[in-house]
Amino acid sequence: MATDNRPLSPHLQIYKPQLTSILSITHRGTGVFLSISALFLCCWLLAIANGPDVYANLQTYITAWYGQVILFACVFSLYFHLCNGIRHLIWDMGLGLDIKTTYISGYIVVAATVLLTVATWCIAGVSV
Amino acid sequence: MSLRTPLHRVRGLGSAKEGTQHWWAQRLTAIALVPLTVWFIYSLVVMTTMEYATVTAWMQSPIVSTLLILFIFSLFYHAQLGMQVVIEDYVDSETLKFGSIILLNFVMLFAGLASVIAVLKVFLGL
Repeated sequence: MATDNRPLSPHLQIYKPQLTSILSITHRGTGVFLSISALFLCCWLLAIANGPDVYANLQTYITAWYGQVILFACVFSLYFHLCNGIRHLIWDMGLGLDIKTTYISGYIVVAATVLLTVATWCIAGVSV
Repeated sequence: MSLRTPLHRVRGLGSAKEGTQHWWAQRLTAIALVPLTVWFIYSLVVMTTMEYATVTAWMQSPIVSTLLILFIFSLFYHAQLGMQVVIEDYVDSETLKFGSIILLNFVMLFAGLASVIAVLKVFLGL
């Protein structure tokens, strides 16, 4: 095949990490993490459907420090994937595709994710 | 050995004639998930700290169970579509690729359906 000896594109570690590439792979990473977390959601709903004992048993794991860490990671990932997903939907409309606007929207996504995650955690903490 | 270039062999084969449905479904579920996720995140963080009776009372509200089922459907559909693209991008072996996608479909369908039935069971007070 004529394609065999063609030069390869540089490998990933050659490139300097940029906001755009980091956000892109984080979108995919959070997507995979959230897909796995969807199975935890299924477990939580099944526990509720199976009565107070099963629910109380599961809740000891959720309220434990590792459960809270996973829950926090889920909330953070959900907000990131949500905000960056809206960015993708705007791109799909053909808007904001130039480099300058892409960077501005990228920083907005980072700021919004941090603010929403902290705000949700504070409001939920207060209402308990 | 063929003297034709790979580009020449590809030209004329046309498009794959699929993919639009997948792309569109991913966007449609994404749009649906925007308001549903905002509602769900807050509910999740609050509800995981609540007692059993509070959670079941919350789920027995028709609007809550409707939103939950809509959220479950959009979430598992969106997750299946997204994970399929990830598998297609990174799994090289055709056998492993198709095997993983079939397994993914089964797992997501099973977990999604189990979640909906769990919500219905609590909603109906069974």
